[in-house]
Amino acid sequence: MKPWLPLLRLGDWLVAGAGLVAVAASFPLLWRGGAAERAVVRLDGRIVAEVPLTAARRIDVAGPLGTTVVEVAPGRARVASDPGPRQYCVKQGWLTRPNAVAICAPNHVSLALTGRQPGYDSLSY
Amino acid sequence: MTPSAIELTATPDDRRIARYAAAAIALTVAEAAIPSPLPGVKPGLANIVVLVVLVRHGWSDAAWVSLLRVLAGSLLVGQFLAPGFFLGLTGALASLAVLAASSRLPKRFFGPVSHSVLAAFAHIGGQLALARLWLVPHDGVFYLVPIFAATALGFGIVNGLIAARLLEEEK
Repeated sequence: MKPWLPLLRLGDWLVAGAGLVAVAASFPLLWRGGAAERAVVRLDGRIVAEVPLTAARRIDVAGPLGTTVVEVAPGRARVASDPGPRQYCVKQGWLTRPNAVAICAPNHVSLALTGRQPGYDSLSY
Repeated sequence: MTPSAIELTATPDDRRIARYAAAAIALTVAEAAIPSPLPGVKPGLANIVVLVVLVRHGWSDAAWVSLLRVLAGSLLVGQFLAPGFFLGLTGALASLAVLAASSRLPKRFFGPVSHSVLAAFAHIGGQLALARLWLVPHDGVFYLVPIFAATALGFGIVNGLIAARLLEEEK
């Protein structure tokens, strides 16, 4: 059984190494599309806040029924409280996927996460 | 009625190419029996033959063997003119284009493994381009790039080593 390694020449190592780098680079590059990057808060379809999902913060939005509180944390966002009667948008909990949307319809407020590509052309109350 | 006499004479070149193509076709058929986790992820064993032919007899022989392999292999597997046939053909054409360039690299430094890896990347590149343009007109196909690229690299190295070994044995 002859050894296999001597079959590799200098350029072969270079090509294989470059290939390995290309493969490794392709993983984060192409799977980043699955990460949400920004939170967009709208009132009556108008954008009232657009913040990156990097640091924790609180956004208070004054709608016709009262104040909707949106909470942003690294990598996720949620509607923390809402004056609406059925609380659907609050019950949705944390949104983490790009293009995820929580709509607090009675108070005219919506929270949407965006990734690199928009999933919808528009969303408004 | 006059008997028509069309005589095709096979030159030694034709016979040699036919022999290599037959070996490549046999590997294609054998490979079709191997279950694959994902369509398109295949070892590409027939490329070992193409690599050997490339080093022994040059690019045009390799091109003949590769294209005959795609054509006859698809006929035997029952894929002729099916989407898989066009994907295979595009991949083969892309890797032949790259082999035409890589076979000009200095032989002292670049052996069959280099040709194999470069051709494997060209193969998936051509296939993905066709798939994106024709079969799956959505950027979603590119999410598979890391998987295809990783298998291309792995099988590219392995096939290249086998070809290098076969070429070494004859010395």
